[in-house]
Amino acid sequence: MKHTVIAKTLLAGLMVAGVAMQAQAHRAWILPSSTVLSGDAPYVTFDAAVSNTIFFPDYVALGLDSVTATAPDGAKVQLQNSAKGKYRSTFDIQLKGEGTYKVGLASSGLRAFWKDEQGKRHMWPGRGQQADDAGFASAVPKNAKELRVTQSSRRIETFVTLGAPSDAVLKPEGIGLELVPVTHPNDLYAGERANFKLMIDGEPARQAEVSFIPAGSRYRNSQDEIKVQADDAGLFSVTWPSAGQYFMEAEYQDDKARAPATMRRGSYAATFEVLPL
Amino acid sequence: MENRLRRKLAMFALLFGMGAGAQAQSLAITIELPRLNVAEYHNPYVAVWLEDESRTATQIAVWYDVAMRNNEGEKWLKDLRQWWRRGGRVLDVPVDGITSATYGPGEHAVQVAIAESDLAELAPGKYRLRIEAAREVGGRELVEIPLSWPLEKSNLPLSATGKKELGGIQVALLP
Repeated sequence: MKHTVIAKTLLAGLMVAGVAMQAQAHRAWILPSSTVLSGDAPYVTFDAAVSNTIFFPDYVALGLDSVTATAPDGAKVQLQNSAKGKYRSTFDIQLKGEGTYKVGLASSGLRAFWKDEQGKRHMWPGRGQQADDAGFASAVPKNAKELRVTQSSRRIETFVTLGAPSDAVLKPEGIGLELVPVTHPNDLYAGERANFKLMIDGEPARQAEVSFIPAGSRYRNSQDEIKVQADDAGLFSVTWPSAGQYFMEAEYQDDKARAPATMRRGSYAATFEVLPL
Repeated sequence: MENRLRRKLAMFALLFGMGAGAQAQSLAITIELPRLNVAEYHNPYVAVWLEDESRTATQIAVWYDVAMRNNEGEKWLKDLRQWWRRGGRVLDVPVDGITSATYGPGEHAVQVAIAESDLAELAPGKYRLRIEAAREVGGRELVEIPLSWPLEKSNLPLSATGKKELGGIQVALLP
């Protein structure tokens, strides 16, 4: 109990200090039961959780309210049998047509941190809350001290394919930090090199920090993290050391933000299944 | 009488003419599926295909559970991982002359009349014959035989052996 309170305060403190969230922070992920499928209208079941270890649900279930599934033709697919447990949420989707599906959640908005006259720290939107950017003016007092406003975006996603892979769901939306696969995300094999591109608000996310963590962190003594940095075109690549599931997270920040924000920050997380050759 | 004789002669001439050329040949691939000592044995899914140097595939055979209700047998086609990637996933099964039901342990022959198939279109060059097998609650194996097309009779038969899921594989030309 005490441990959690201390951790939360530390987290809040870190956020106010503007330290980028690194791998020690909780990772949120959506993990499919299969990513490469064949046959007639198969189902795929997903686990969604926020955890410390990859991919063991050990902290809290991921809320499914904002999770959407997009079919190859752009239509939204209904999540079936959704359940939120203590450490893990689960849901199914049925793949009725051939092609690549995208499943995930995305959000973006302003985040403000300041101190009032008494020196007490404030944060808007409040912890765990979502708010409309329009509420900014009324939520943040004019005499706020040490005001920092960030344009913040977050995306958590994964991809599954029935039959031949397709590209429509891979097209960027132009909001926040996004992954534009160069190598198709459901065409990944151990020992091969995969190429990806990160974009921020539709432009290359130059020098974005990326890290890959293979599944099974509990059964080894180190994270075995693969760290890569995107180049000026937002491009980066990874050669998969072995087959298995991988967690990828990317962080990007710069100061090219829309007023009243002075900083723009995006975080992206995805899971990839790498098959053996 | 005369007409029948004339027709017979015409037929012989046609057959003789065809037999004399390379067109009459068939690619003959013999695949041995080993008898395995397992508690629960299911006939493996097997795919046979040719790949050129740019990894373009020409399908030869796919053995899978064609007869299951609601095409349920198709669900496991993706377990033939390399085949799936190299043409399997764009193939609309079943395909006449390529797909068939699975086989059990023993030697099985795949014969393709070259002139009447996609093999007739193959450009001369280096290819790999790839045979992949995946067995339910069992393993998966991929065997490859590099070859040149058209096949050089002096090199035949070409052979390779799998270690677990596949036994001896031979490539020959008939006649």
